[in-house]
Amino acid sequence: MADVMVMKEIEDTALRLGLDLSTLDLDSIRLPPGENCGIVSDDDEVYQEDNLEFESGFGNIIVVDSLPVVPKEKFEKLEGVVRKIYSQIGVIKEDGLWMPVDPETDKTLGYCFIEYNTPQEAELAKEKTHGYKLDRAHIFCVSMFDDFDRFMKVPNEWALPETKPYAPGENLQHWLTDAKARDQFVIRAGSDTEVLWNDARHLKPDPVYKRAFWTESFVQWSPLGTYLATVHRQGAAVWGGSSSFNRLMRYAHPQVKLIDFSPGEKYLVTYSSNEPSNPRDANRVVINIFDVRTGKVMRDFKGSADDFAVGGAGGVTGVSWPVFKWSGGRDDKYFARMGKNVLSVYETETFSLVDKKSLKVENIMDFCWSPTDPIIALFVPEMGGGNQPARVSLIQVPSKEELRQKNLFSVSDCKIYWQSNGDYLAVNVERYTKTKKSTYTGFELFRIKERDIPIEVLELENKNDKIIAFAWEPKGHRFVVIHGDNPKPDVSIYSMRTGQNSRVSKLTTLKGKQANALFWSPAGRYIVLAGLKGFNGQLEFYNVDELETMATAEHFMATDIEWDPTGRYVATAVTSVHEMENGFNIWSFNGKHLYRILKDHFFQFLWRPRPPSFLSPEKEEEIAKNLKKYSKKYEAEDQDVSLLLSEQERDKRRMLKEDWDKWIHEWKRIHEEESLHRQKLRDGEASDEEEEYEAKDIEVEEVIDVSEEVLHLEYGQE
Amino acid sequence: MRPILMKGHERPLTFLKYNRDGDLLFSCAKDHNPTVWFADNGERLGTYRGHNGAVWCCDVSRDSGRLITGSADQTAKLWNVQTGQQLFTFNFDSPARSVDFSVGDKLAVITTDPFMELPSAIHVKRIANDPTEQTGDSVVLIKGPQGRINRAIWGPLNRTIISAGEDAVIRIWDSETGKLIKESDKESGHKKTVTSLAKSADGSHFLTGSLDKSARLWDTRTLTLIKTYVTERPVNAVAMSPLLDHVVLGGGQDASAVTTTDHRAGKFEAKFYDKILQEEIGGVKGHFGPINALAFNPDGKSFSSGGEDGYVRLHHFDPDYFNIKI
Repeated sequence: MADVMVMKEIEDTALRLGLDLSTLDLDSIRLPPGENCGIVSDDDEVYQEDNLEFESGFGNIIVVDSLPVVPKEKFEKLEGVVRKIYSQIGVIKEDGLWMPVDPETDKTLGYCFIEYNTPQEAELAKEKTHGYKLDRAHIFCVSMFDDFDRFMKVPNEWALPETKPYAPGENLQHWLTDAKARDQFVIRAGSDTEVLWNDARHLKPDPVYKRAFWTESFVQWSPLGTYLATVHRQGAAVWGGSSSFNRLMRYAHPQVKLIDFSPGEKYLVTYSSNEPSNPRDANRVVINIFDVRTGKVMRDFKGSADDFAVGGAGGVTGVSWPVFKWSGGRDDKYFARMGKNVLSVYETETFSLVDKKSLKVENIMDFCWSPTDPIIALFVPEMGGGNQPARVSLIQVPSKEELRQKNLFSVSDCKIYWQSNGDYLAVNVERYTKTKKSTYTGFELFRIKERDIPIEVLELENKNDKIIAFAWEPKGHRFVVIHGDNPKPDVSIYSMRTGQNSRVSKLTTLKGKQANALFWSPAGRYIVLAGLKGFNGQLEFYNVDELETMATAEHFMATDIEWDPTGRYVATAVTSVHEMENGFNIWSFNGKHLYRILKDHFFQFLWRPRPPSFLSPEKEEEIAKNLKKYSKKYEAEDQDVSLLLSEQERDKRRMLKEDWDKWIHEWKRIHEEESLHRQKLRDGEASDEEEEYEAKDIEVEEVIDVSEEVLHLEYGQE
Repeated sequence: MRPILMKGHERPLTFLKYNRDGDLLFSCAKDHNPTVWFADNGERLGTYRGHNGAVWCCDVSRDSGRLITGSADQTAKLWNVQTGQQLFTFNFDSPARSVDFSVGDKLAVITTDPFMELPSAIHVKRIANDPTEQTGDSVVLIKGPQGRINRAIWGPLNRTIISAGEDAVIRIWDSETGKLIKESDKESGHKKTVTSLAKSADGSHFLTGSLDKSARLWDTRTLTLIKTYVTERPVNAVAMSPLLDHVVLGGGQDASAVTTTDHRAGKFEAKFYDKILQEEIGGVKGHFGPINALAFNPDGKSFSSGGEDGYVRLHHFDPDYFNIKI
């Protein structure tokens, strides 16, 4: 099309100038050298475009060096060998293998280029064949084509690295110094991500920071609340700061899908899984562990998805996240991962295996770190058709010593629950009945902190009850179980510490509750029993100390429930799994509804976690004892705020009313002026407002018929 | 008080209208028969038979003598309210969506839908005193903007016509020349189809309800946005109390998207808001389908709602209602 246009223009110009194009030899025209008359050559453009592509387009090409230098006769044979090696790894593009030949000697130059379909394959090929020994003299040296420029630029002389002047960072924990001790939360709705204060006193959220398209899939707080992590196509990023949210660090990991922080937020684990170009292969998984503060990759793990999908209940469902589980405590010392028949424990000092070898555990199904100590609880199912019992054992790290072991028979499944202080461990064991037709449930309760770790067995009164939910009281000694088969299950509360004998005993059972999930307050003592999904969002706020219900409420269709980190407020949310009702409610700990925010396409609600308190337990107890003394000040403040609030509200309302009255007054004036016109429009009939009609009683008499009749009067009847 | 359930229509309700005295209630539905009821006890007085399609809208004259109805059978009809006799039929080439008598009842504005390459249009017809002299000629014809016009009403002194519809823009037209005078701007205007439009008793302001889950209150003369009422469901119908500063919004999930799980999911309540403070006061439940029509009795002591479920619910307010303080 463009050509035609240009030709036409030229023809027009020629006509104007009186030239005959057919007689002109266009090729004889030459521009003076070094002069382009302001016409940019097409070639330049092409060149520039090429340059642009250079940045991105060659990611799937590798360069294989140290090939044998062969004469023309052996060229095809060498090419065949190379092709055979490299097509095992991925699909080489058509004409994707190019081995240049020296035109003078007709021999190959000892290297070749291979183009794959995807950069992932190219990377894999580089990894697998770098150092491949073709024979003794020829050890492959493989590099990415894109890296070449970078290698070329390396200066030959070593230069002293520049020391950057120290720039003081922001106080990343500034939000903890809020004068009103409020908590923050992040919400994601539509394309916007917003961080807000929960201003319960004013019964509304107070905005902190808002940004559209902040993340490409989800956001996540670090476990101590210092950072907010966002996930993008190129990698993950963390944000934080004192006044607003600035980007603190980026972690490059293309196509990252999942992220996980270590509990002390020193490290960030990122995960991606790529579709292989050959559909029969498993997905290729890349896991990177970054140092959060420096952004350096501390260790990476690559492999097929099969290597990472081991153990767990299903085993076939794919990778269960997090792949790496971190040991408890804030020092982030160990992390571990299950493999086939092995448990690999790594330490973060060197990022290598503890004792340089994995722990051999035949058929390991599941494991779990203690939240506070370097102790692993692991579960091995029955083997050999029941000849070898199932087993739960506690293993100390780094000594790899077995602290305690319990053999269990006819087990179908096991779930491990640690109490948040690592004091207790509950193992929910599902056993087959003798007929193997059904299962029943029991609990094995370990007291970790006591000598020899005594184990108690707890069975529900009705052994056939299904366990719907189980949760330990945070920092406490109680646990709650929702159990039952019917649509209205029972809720039982147990304590590990009652009376003199420290035996487990039941405190109470609440019959027939509409609940299928339970949420302990992070401070213990209170629970929210929730009926999510099928139960339409029934909520019951229960006080475990007093064993009484504080309030029942409903957040219709609620999907998510989360306590704030201090245990003062509860957020219930309806996320976009439902089409209607999207938004969240904030409740006080005792079930008083505080406020409600509706947002369409509501995806996430997350409270910003708080680091653990620095107060010693004794100090905390002291504060609790003298609570009255401290609370006075805050109560007075609360009252001031509520007074101010009602005053403000009153003022606002008065303003609104005044505005409205003014507007109405103005309108009435004009309306009056027009009343004559209106009357005219109505043929002189009095206009609307003047004509207040009155209800009058009108008596209408209508004579229907008149007839005369002679009545025979009878006297003397009275 | 217990609402009075009026079951006279076999198809979803489309429109409700009280006469000026507030003793009669006219209802239109997708069945073909507009119906008149006693507004006090919900007794059915009669139907107006003659339409051959869904009836979308109606209006009654000030003296309660004439009724005009607009229907999907591409006609608008004039009726004798008392006898139910058909007085005149305006024929169009597309469904008539909205009808409204002017002040003085000498003119009527009728809107027609876009249909078979015809754009939407606003017709102004002269209504003759004597039905025998009635003609079908248009006084003014405004070839409409994009999309369907859902409602058109007269502005003050019949000088303007206010229209709103699918394109979410509210427009004020000169009723004599047919020229566009004002348009609501993108900032303050609705984001989705405007489904309903109701004038205040004195005509000073009007309320629009939209599928963008909000209702907005506008100045009739200047088309300035005065108030916005945000709700959580698409708004199909709006009404304003002539007595108190209350507005009522009705709506609910789109009929096609209604799930069968729970009636609460659909939000088929009529929601009351304080007109000035824009705060929710309460709700009236009952319908088991979206609310399509709402109307206030001119005395402000009762209101009725019509739903997709085919029922009209007539609510007389309890004495408590008149003492609501927020």
